[in-house]
Amino acid sequence: MSTTTGGSTAVGQTPDRSRGGAGAPPSGRGTRGRGSRAYLWMVLPAFLLFFAFHTFPVLQGVFFSFTDSPGYGEWGFVGLSNYTALFTDPRIGHAYLFTAQFAVVATILTNVLALAIAVGLNGKIKFRTTLRAVYFIPYVLAILVVGYVFQYLFTFSIPAMAEALGVEALTTSILADESWAWVAIVVLAVWQSTAFSIVLYLAGLQTVPAELYEAASLDGASAARRFRSITFPMIFGFFTINMVLSLKGFLQVFDHIFALTAGGPGTATESVGVLIYRGGFQGGEYGYQLANAVLFMIVIIAFAVFQLRVLQGREEQA
Amino acid sequence: MSTQTIGGAGPRPGAGLPPEGTDGPRRSLLRRRPREGEDAGPANPWLTALLVVLALTVFVPLYFAVVTALKTPAQLGGTGFGLPTEIRWANFSDAWRLTDFPRAALNSAVITAGTLVLTLLTNSMVAYAISRNMHRRGYKALFFYFISALFVPFPILMLPIAKQTAILGLDNQVGLILLYTVYGLSFNVFVYVAYIRSIPIELEEAARMDGASTWTVFWRIIFPLLSPMNATVGIITCVWAWNDFLLPLVIVSDPGAATLPLQQYVFQSQFSQNYPVAFASYLMAMLPLLVVYAVAQRWVISGVTRGSVK
Repeated sequence: MSTTTGGSTAVGQTPDRSRGGAGAPPSGRGTRGRGSRAYLWMVLPAFLLFFAFHTFPVLQGVFFSFTDSPGYGEWGFVGLSNYTALFTDPRIGHAYLFTAQFAVVATILTNVLALAIAVGLNGKIKFRTTLRAVYFIPYVLAILVVGYVFQYLFTFSIPAMAEALGVEALTTSILADESWAWVAIVVLAVWQSTAFSIVLYLAGLQTVPAELYEAASLDGASAARRFRSITFPMIFGFFTINMVLSLKGFLQVFDHIFALTAGGPGTATESVGVLIYRGGFQGGEYGYQLANAVLFMIVIIAFAVFQLRVLQGREEQA
Repeated sequence: MSTQTIGGAGPRPGAGLPPEGTDGPRRSLLRRRPREGEDAGPANPWLTALLVVLALTVFVPLYFAVVTALKTPAQLGGTGFGLPTEIRWANFSDAWRLTDFPRAALNSAVITAGTLVLTLLTNSMVAYAISRNMHRRGYKALFFYFISALFVPFPILMLPIAKQTAILGLDNQVGLILLYTVYGLSFNVFVYVAYIRSIPIELEEAARMDGASTWTVFWRIIFPLLSPMNATVGIITCVWAWNDFLLPLVIVSDPGAATLPLQQYVFQSQFSQNYPVAFASYLMAMLPLLVVYAVAQRWVISGVTRGSVK
C-alpha cells in the first residue's frame, strides 16, 4: 500500500509542476542528455498510480479468486475449486450465454446500421451537417438515464400501441417476457452506440479517395457494386476495429440491464458483469465472483484475438 | 478536419490494437483530402428522406421524456405520446427537491471538470515522454503496459477497487477524479502518442538549442500543438465522466457524493409512483450535456472524427 500514498501525492503535484515549467525560466539542466531525468519524472507518477489503482486491484482479484473470501473477515485458500464450481453453476452458464448472444447480435446490428447510415450521410444529400449532428445525440446521453425512458416505452407505450393496432403478440411488455426481454436490451444498446460508430465510419469514408469513385462511375459500376468493390475494402480497417471495440464493450453490458430489467425476469437477462456485481457485493461470493471475473477476462481477450485473426485474415485476402 | 489525415495510417483511438488494421498500401491513399463538400450534383431526395425519417428515431425517447415530464400523473396512460393537455411545471421543482438535484449536479460537474483538467495535463505529458523515448525498452514496455489494460474488463477490478478506495478514504469525488484520470491513461496515451509522433522533432531541437528544458519544451511547445488532440480526448473524457454509472455505483459510499446518473438510480424506487417527476428528473440529468453538445456540436463531431482518423 505504500506505493499508493507515494503515488497520490505525486498526482497532486502535477499541476504545480505545470505552472513551474511554464512560468519559471528554464533551468537549463535538461539541455544535455536530452533531459532523460525529466522524462522519467513525467511517467513515473503515472506508472505508480496506474499500478496502484489498476494492476494492483487486478492482481488482488486474481489472488482472491483462489480463496473463499466473502469480501470481509476471514478467508482461506480453496485452490481451484471456485473455478471448477463455475463450470457446473447454471446461473454462470446462463449469464455467459445471454451475454454472448446479446453482444454478438448488438455488435452486428450496430455496425451494419452505423455503416449504412454513414454511407448515406456521405452520399449526395441535403442537411448533411444537421443530420450528422442529430445522429450523434445518443452518444452524449447517459445509458442508465435514457434507459429508464426506454423502460417506460417498453413497459407501457409499446403494449398500448400494440393493443390499438391489434397486434396480440406485443400487448404485454417484452421486458416481462423471459425469452424476449433481451431484445429490448439490444434495442437500447444499438440505439445508443450506433451514434459513435457512425462518426467513426464517416471518418473512415473520408479517407477513400474520390478518384476511385469517379473511375468506377465512368466504368458504369452501380452503387451497390461501388460499395462492395471500393468503399468496403477501403474502410475495412475501420470495420475491423469497430467490430472488436463494439463486441468488447457489449460483452461488458451493465447500465442497459440495470435500467431496463435489473437482470429479470428472474435471471433471464443477467449479464456476466451484473452477476459479478451482484454476487460479489450483495451475495457474499467475493472470491467466487472474482474467479468468474478472471474467467470473464480470459473470454474477452479470447474474443478479441479471435475476431482480429478472422477479420485480419479476410483483410489480407481482400 | 482535412489536415488531420497527414499522419497517415497511424493507430486510431478506440483501437487498443497495433495499427495493422489501417496499414499497408492504403497508407498513401489515406493522405488524401476528404471528399466532403467536393461532390457536385443534385442531392438525392430519396436518400435524404430516408435519413431524415431514420433520424427521428433519435428523437423518439427525447420527445417522450419531454411530454411525459410536463404531464400530471392523471394524464398518463395510453401510448403516452400525446401532448400534455395541462402542463405541470411543478414536476421539475419536485424532482429538483426530491433528488437534491443541485448537489448531484454539482458533484457531476466537479468530477467532470476535475477529470478533464487533470486528464489533459497529465495524460498528454505521459504520452509525450513515452513517444520521445520509444526507442528505449522501458518506455516502450510502459506504452504496451498501458494499452494492454484496454482489454482488462472492469468487473475484475471492481470488487477489489471498491475495498481499496474505501480503505484509502477515496470513496468520494476525489477518488472518482483520480480513477477516471488514471483509467483514461490506456486509451489517451495511445491516441496522444500517435499524434505526438507526427510532430517534427526539429521544433523541439531548436528550443533545446536555446537552452529550454524538457519541461519547458513540453509545456511551451508541444502542449499547445496538441490542442486538436486535446479536444478529442477532452470530449470523450467529459462524456465518460459525466455519464458513467458503474464506477460511482461501486466507489461512492456517501449519498452526498452521488453523481447525477447514480442519483437517478438511487431514487428509482421513489419515482415509481410518479412518472412525470421521474422524467423531469431524467431530463434535468441529461440536459447539461445536451446543451453543451447543441452549442459545440460541429466542434465535437470534428474532434471525434479527427481522433479516429489519426
